[in-house]
Formats: sequence, C-alpha cells, structure tokens
Amino acid sequence: MENLKEHTEHSHSYGLYVMVWLALITLTGLTAVIAGINFGKLSVVVALVIAVIKSYLVLTEFMHLKSEPRAFKTFIFVALFFLLVSFTLLFSDYSFIIGK
Amino acid sequence: MSGETLALSQNEHNVNYLDYQGKHKGIWGWLLSTDHKRIGILYMITVLSFFAVGVTLGFLIRLELLTPQGTIVGPQAYNEFFTVHGIIMIFIVVIPVIPSVFGNFFLPIMLGAKDVAFPRLNLLSWYLYIIGGAMILLSLVLPGGAADTGWTFYIPYSVRTGTNMIFTLAAVFIIGFSSILTGLNFLTTIHRMRAPGMGWFKMPLFAWSLYATSWIQVIVTPIVGITLLMVIVERVFHVGIFDPTLGGDPLLFQHMFWMYSHPAVYIIIVPAMGVISEVVPVFSQRTIFGYKFIAYSSLGIAIFGSLVWAHHMFATGMSNTAEFVFSLLTFLVAIPSAIKVFNWTATLYKGSIKLEPPLLYALAFIFLFSIGGLTGIIQGALNVDLYLTDTYFIVGHIHYVVFGGTGFGLFAALHYWLPKMFGRMYNKKVAKVAFWITFVGFNILYFPFLILGWLGMPRRSYHYLPQYQVYHVIATVGSWILVTGLLIMFINLLVSIIKGKKVTEENIWGGETLEWKVATPPTVENFEEIPQVVEGPYEYKQNEYELEEEVK
Repeated sequence: MENLKEHTEHSHSYGLYVMVWLALITLTGLTAVIAGINFGKLSVVVALVIAVIKSYLVLTEFMHLKSEPRAFKTFIFVALFFLLVSFTLLFSDYSFIIGK
Repeated sequence: MSGETLALSQNEHNVNYLDYQGKHKGIWGWLLSTDHKRIGILYMITVLSFFAVGVTLGFLIRLELLTPQGTIVGPQAYNEFFTVHGIIMIFIVVIPVIPSVFGNFFLPIMLGAKDVAFPRLNLLSWYLYIIGGAMILLSLVLPGGAADTGWTFYIPYSVRTGTNMIFTLAAVFIIGFSSILTGLNFLTTIHRMRAPGMGWFKMPLFAWSLYATSWIQVIVTPIVGITLLMVIVERVFHVGIFDPTLGGDPLLFQHMFWMYSHPAVYIIIVPAMGVISEVVPVFSQRTIFGYKFIAYSSLGIAIFGSLVWAHHMFATGMSNTAEFVFSLLTFLVAIPSAIKVFNWTATLYKGSIKLEPPLLYALAFIFLFSIGGLTGIIQGALNVDLYLTDTYFIVGHIHYVVFGGTGFGLFAALHYWLPKMFGRMYNKKVAKVAFWITFVGFNILYFPFLILGWLGMPRRSYHYLPQYQVYHVIATVGSWILVTGLLIMFINLLVSIIKGKKVTEENIWGGETLEWKVATPPTVENFEEIPQVVEGPYEYKQNEYELEEEVK
C-alpha cells in the first residue's frame, strides 16, 4: 500500500508523457534524416548525441528516475560510468583500427 | 471440511519445504513454486543434468584425441562436440550453477529473510534458463547440425557456417536474460532484505560474493545479448556490422564478445570463492582472517575483472596503448584474487582442522585455482601470450580456473550444504574416496594440456603431430579416472538424498552463519521470527580464546 502511494506521488501528468513521446519520435526522425548527410568522422558522434538525449528522456521521465531516491540514481550512474570506461578502453584500440 | 483442516495443518509455516503442500500439488507444487528453496532445487536438477551432457561431450572429445588422425568421429562432428561442450559448460553450467542453486537456496536464509525480493521473477528466470538450455540441446538434433564455431562464436565462422547458428545464438541470448534477472533479484534482496542488525560487514562472505557477481551479471550480460543479436542480424540481413566482406569489422565482435565473456569468468569464479570463504572457517573453527579484505576483494575482482577483456586479443594486432593498458589491468586483477588465497590459508593456520569432504574440496579449489591463476598471469604478459595464443596452454588454463575452481567449489558446496537441504547425510568415506579419484584424474587430464600448449599444440585441432600423442594419451586416461571419480561422487550424493542417514540437528558442521540456526531441512518460511543479528558471521570465540591462551 505504501509502495502504491509512493508510486502515485511520482506519477507525472499525461501531457508531459505525450510531450516526451513526441520529442522521442522527432529525434528518431532526425536520426533517420541526418543519416543521409555526410558528416564524415562526426556522423557516429552526431548519432550518439541524439541517442544520449533520447536515453536521458526515457530514463528521467518514463522511468521516473527524476523523482526516485538517491540509491536508484547511484545504481544507474555506476552502470553508465562503467559503460563510459568500457567505451574509452575499447576506443584505445578501435581508434587505432580506424586510423589504419 | 476435514480435508481443508488437514491442508491447513500441513501448511503451517513450520512444515519443511520438501513436505509442504501448497496451492498446487505434486509436480506442479515444484514447477509453479515461488519458494526460493524449491527453485534452487529445480536449478540443481537441471544444471547437473546439463553438466552430465557436458561431461559426456568432453569425454568423447578426449576419446577422439587418443590418436593423431581421427579415432571415433569425423572432423565436423568433432567441431560440433567441442562447441556444444563449451556452450553447455560455460553458459548453462558454470555461469549459473552456484548463484542459481546455492544462491537461491541459501542467500535469503543467510540474510535472515523469508524469500528473495522478487519470487515470481525468480521462477521466470528458471523457465528462461530451461527454454535456452532446451534450445541448445535441440540444436544438436535439428537438421543443419549443432553450432561448430567454438563457444566464442568468432566472426567469420558464425556468419558463414551452415549449422543451426541462429537457434544457438538465440538460446544463449535467452539464457542471458535468466542470468540478468537472477542478478537483479539478488542485488535487491541484499540491499533491502537483510535481517535487522545485519550491516554490510556482518553479512556472510558468500552473500558478498553473490553481491559482486550480481553486479557483473546485470551490467555486462546485456552487452553479449546485443552482440549475439547483431550476429543474427548480420546472418539474416547481411548488414555489414562484423562481416569483413560487407565492410564490417570482425575485431569489433571480439571486443564486444569478451566485454561480457571475460567478466563472465568472474561470474563463474567469484561465487565459488564465496563458498570457500564459508567452508574454510567452519572446518578450521576459526574466525576468518581479513573479513573486510575478502569482501572488498570480491568487489575489486568485479571491477578490474570487467576491464581486462582485450587480453584475449593480444595476437590480433591491437594498438600498443590498448595492449599496454589491458596487460597492466590483467596483472592488477591478480591482486584481489591473491588476497583471498592468502586469507584462506591464514584462516587455516592454527585452526582446529576437520578434514571433512567439504574442506577437502575447498583445499583442492585453492590449489587448482592457484595453478589456474598463475597460468593466467603467464598469458597476461604480452610477449609470452603471442607464443601461447590459441594453444593447449589456454585450454589447460581455462580448465584449471573454471573446473578446478568453480567445479571443485561446486563440489565443496554440494558436500557442505546438501545435508542441510535434504536432511540426509552422505557416506563420508565414499565421498573422500571420490574426492581423491576426482582430484588425481583432474590433474592427469589437464596438466598435460599446459605442457602440450608450451610445445605448440594448437587448440581445437582435429589432427595433430605424432610427437604430441603421448600427452594426449595421458590426458585421455586422466579423463577416464576423472569420470570414475565424478560418477562415484554423484551416485553417493544421490543415494544419500534418497536413503541417506537422516540428519535433524540444525548445526551439522558447527557453522555460525544463519543457515545453521534454522531447521534441517529448512521450513517453508525459513524463520518463525526474523532473527536479530548482533555479531559477525564467523565468531568462533571459544577457539580463538584457546589459541590466545596457547600463545601466552
């Protein structure tokens, strides 16, 4: 019961959800459109930036991370930090492969 | 009405979990049970059945390698044998075995809880595991044949082979989900369901090891999931992600595969280390040496172990920076592993050692894992690794770590906890005989691998040069001894479950953790009242006092 109450307090208005949904659709469309433009080496960066914005919206709004306790945010942060470290290590080799 | 009364009396919380008659009867009472103990038993039956299949395939591989030019099967069947042996043993046996069987059964009890945080999710993870496992077995008999790429699914083999690759990849993907759900469940259970008074550093070390393992499961398993999914996409739609003929990069696959599969080695070994940390203090009746160091070293292994993956790729022509970084990190991960080994041996020092079967297996673990760890360090050195890559040395190393480590950790756990789980004791003399046969067979089988590798014998090779035959013959004879030992061990344990001597005492081995303070076998709800924890899990005060007096 307590959980239910906690959950209700967290819920946002439908208007916000629709806005976020529209933003996600727009960003997906944008990804598709700019895939046709040649940004050279930056194309991966551009695609990743859009993906990060979309993930942020989903995590904070749809998954209610915005209003969750600190422990939950820490969990997500640890996972994301680990992902960042892995990517950095991967690119210590991968940038070399691309360079060749 | 009378039936209802009977059901009620049987359903009291102090009924043991084996006799409990819940909403569903008979087999459904097991297949639909959300009781963590019953799910643990379900896992035990299925994992050990898969283990039997894996052992059979391994046995056949050794038989095949008795002669240099083919003995019992052709090259294609041989490729399928070692691939399915690897897939079953890695993904279906050693990754899930200790968390799913003993973690499920004992974690809530050790924490003073009545169940895991998400019991239904727990049952779902078993069903996902069963579906994935069944798919692997089906791939053996479906037209097209079983996967023949090796358990590593390297590109271009996995995009070119005509075998049931998609089926196999999908199976591993599904099993991955089972693993993630178990990890998530344990993390939440450990964070939220510890008994009052059980602070982080009053938690048993087995729970600490599961905590570290669960983090790895939750964080890295999705990486292999998406990677295998991309291989499926590559096969079906020819996108060009990994396939070099389509502009893809096969080394990207290796990076992504090992990003999971190296940490998976720690998913495999850390829970077994947790078992050893339980067994050693109990059978030497000493407070564990360096509790916090062992707890932190589990986390250390989880963190560093997740960042060493590219040491599997030193021979692929990586950048010097990457080679240096990954080699350094590989050396660093040896530190927390060694901390554990030193602490276990320090715990044994001046202890009242009872050489019961669980401790024998634990000691074998320490010995075999040390060989496995040291051979790993040898390959972490860049120059030596270039020579040893893809030889039998790595096959010897992985078997010393995974079988010598987790396999013997599993056997220690079985001999330690099975009497508690079923309330029946096995024949200890037979268990000791089985131990020595298994231990001797293991070393006769796998030590020649290290020599073969050093001499240059390539792994996964159907034919080999005649000068290697003597080592292959020794190894194959070792496999016969090992299988004999395993058969004696498992028959002994099985007989004990069916008609072993009944045990009703709560504390069978003299342990101090909470599972030794509940009924044998445990009741449905584990505890009538949630216990209040006041001291650490390894307080063998009397013995420590006597030791101090002796020193004075």
